[in-house]
Amino acid sequence: MGKTLAEKIWAEHVVSATAGEPDLLYIDLHLIHEVTSPQAFDGLRLANRKVRRADLTIATEDHNVPTLNIDKPIADPISKLQVDTLRKNCAEFGVRLHSLGDVEQGIVHVVGPQLGITQPGMTIVCGDSHTSTHGAFGALAFGIGTSEVEHVLATQTLPLIRPKTMAINVDGTLKAGVTSKDIILAVIAKIGTGGGQGYILEYRGSAIRALSMEARMTICNMSIEAGARAGLIAPDQTTFDYVQSKPHAPTGADWDAALTYWKTLTTDADAKFDKEVNLNADELAPFVTWGTNPGQGLPLTSSVPNPADFANAEDRGAAERALEYMDLKPGTPLKSIKVDTIFLGSCTNGRIEDLRSAASIIKGKKIASSVRLLVVPGSARVRLQAESEGLDKVFLDAGGEWRSAGCSMCLGMNPDQLKPGERAASTSNRNFEGRQGKGGRTHLVSPLVAAATALKGTLASPADL
Amino acid sequence: MEKFINHTGSALPLRRSNVDTDQIIPAVYLKRITKNGFEDGLFAAWRNDPSFELNQPQYKKASILVAGPDFGTGSSREHAVWALQNYGFKVVLSSRFADIFRGNSQKMGLLTVILTQEEIEQIWQVVESKPDTQITVDLASKTITYGGKTLSFAIDDYTRWRLMEGLDDIGLTFTKIDAVTTFEEKRASFKPKTLPIK
Repeated sequence: MGKTLAEKIWAEHVVSATAGEPDLLYIDLHLIHEVTSPQAFDGLRLANRKVRRADLTIATEDHNVPTLNIDKPIADPISKLQVDTLRKNCAEFGVRLHSLGDVEQGIVHVVGPQLGITQPGMTIVCGDSHTSTHGAFGALAFGIGTSEVEHVLATQTLPLIRPKTMAINVDGTLKAGVTSKDIILAVIAKIGTGGGQGYILEYRGSAIRALSMEARMTICNMSIEAGARAGLIAPDQTTFDYVQSKPHAPTGADWDAALTYWKTLTTDADAKFDKEVNLNADELAPFVTWGTNPGQGLPLTSSVPNPADFANAEDRGAAERALEYMDLKPGTPLKSIKVDTIFLGSCTNGRIEDLRSAASIIKGKKIASSVRLLVVPGSARVRLQAESEGLDKVFLDAGGEWRSAGCSMCLGMNPDQLKPGERAASTSNRNFEGRQGKGGRTHLVSPLVAAATALKGTLASPADL
Repeated sequence: MEKFINHTGSALPLRRSNVDTDQIIPAVYLKRITKNGFEDGLFAAWRNDPSFELNQPQYKKASILVAGPDFGTGSSREHAVWALQNYGFKVVLSSRFADIFRGNSQKMGLLTVILTQEEIEQIWQVVESKPDTQITVDLASKTITYGGKTLSFAIDDYTRWRLMEGLDDIGLTFTKIDAVTTFEEKRASFKPKTLPIK
């Protein structure tokens, strides 16, 4: 019987396998940031260990850094200490670091692909659950905890039990105004936040093949919100073209060898997935979450659901608590919900295509007087590219704020936070209670919906303008 | 890592599903560079509510957390495990754990035990009516005993052995480091490197 793509990449990276033990898997690339690494470096020091492969390791500052006044010292002393600790650790252990102010600084999952160090067939890890983003290149990429960060630093391997595989088949054609963000929100609503637990997802089908690399990254990014540690898409010409133009792409004979290998990275026709889920792209519409987990989503044309209508007691309880937290009443049309803040950014939707698509809706218009629009590019390069295209002016002229790169309001570790009771339409990945600031309320949306919502002041798609 | 053979203690019932790691410890608490002192951030937002279980005196001594399904979803932050341990929890029971959280807990020696939702419901009911109920979680026999009742649970033999011996994974991997070197010698030359900077 043939193998799935995930099984192929796994098999290629097994250093040692013993019955009754996890496989020892080789890690091709280790991405690091300030928040989940200090205790790992401390562990190395205590055990007198070195970083085994600094040449397969790269660090950037993203989670807690400010997006304003980045040329000045970080104002929050605890954040500053954490960033300083990363700088000290990288210097001591010889790890490449892109600091605030560096042109390659940015969200770790935006930086890897734009440098071209994210390539098909690799194993990629980072102490961040959205490492699944890199799966868009046909890489096996997943988030790890700090103990595992230390393990990879010391050994360049991880002991892991191979997950099962699940195919997410998305066939058909997306309607205008429907994006890859809507695909993944629909997938999560369908299988639930626990549906992918224990699986590696493979996104397949004509609707996936038609997507750009950046749109594919948005989908793989949110695999973790369906409970799957990793999600991937088989590489194709779209992937190869994207990688080829990047600084760390292989060249000459290496490129030819790489390409030959990458073309083998597909699921065999006779391979069998442990589970399959089907979605029809023709039927998808712009999606929005109404609750406090990413599975609590509906098409924007719907109304807030009634918890009493949920058959499952756990779902009913979760919906009741979510509506209380979100201050929403059953039956309220989603399009009537007023928001205070629009956050455009994050490792989910902070890339140049995301900024372009939002700008295309906003250009020449003003945002509603009641809202604040925060635009945070995913990396310093994305920011520069956007500025070279005049996108910064589009957002600023509309009344928005144009910031420097970082995770920002996606998780509210830096000063960019919602106030208690504030409501946001956010292009990020998590609508958890307090995620974007204590007491803040989050509706997850695509960049197109975020832009239309900024103009109207209520949840809206471009078709509603 | 401390050995885990068995543990006896009282329990805290947490009747909520989808408790994500942002709830276990909010991001603002993640700026520290140590592995201790995170107990003040545990369930920080919910602790403002006097009726929250963690604030109720009858559960003050609890060392076993009995959680709803899909516990530990979301962010990979191991701080969630540290916060639970720093607070004094030794065991978490749930019908479903998120993969990364479960992996992190097993690295740190916080025992995560999967039971059926019916079993969790029964423990909730017993603990809510009699909060000082002592629960014994025995990894050697893979059983949970409380109120004259014994449940068995499954855990893979390798993880169980590691936890019972208190072994850390890095030390175990170093016993196979020659295989890593051999593997590295055969890696394709086209695989990217982060150094030198291009």
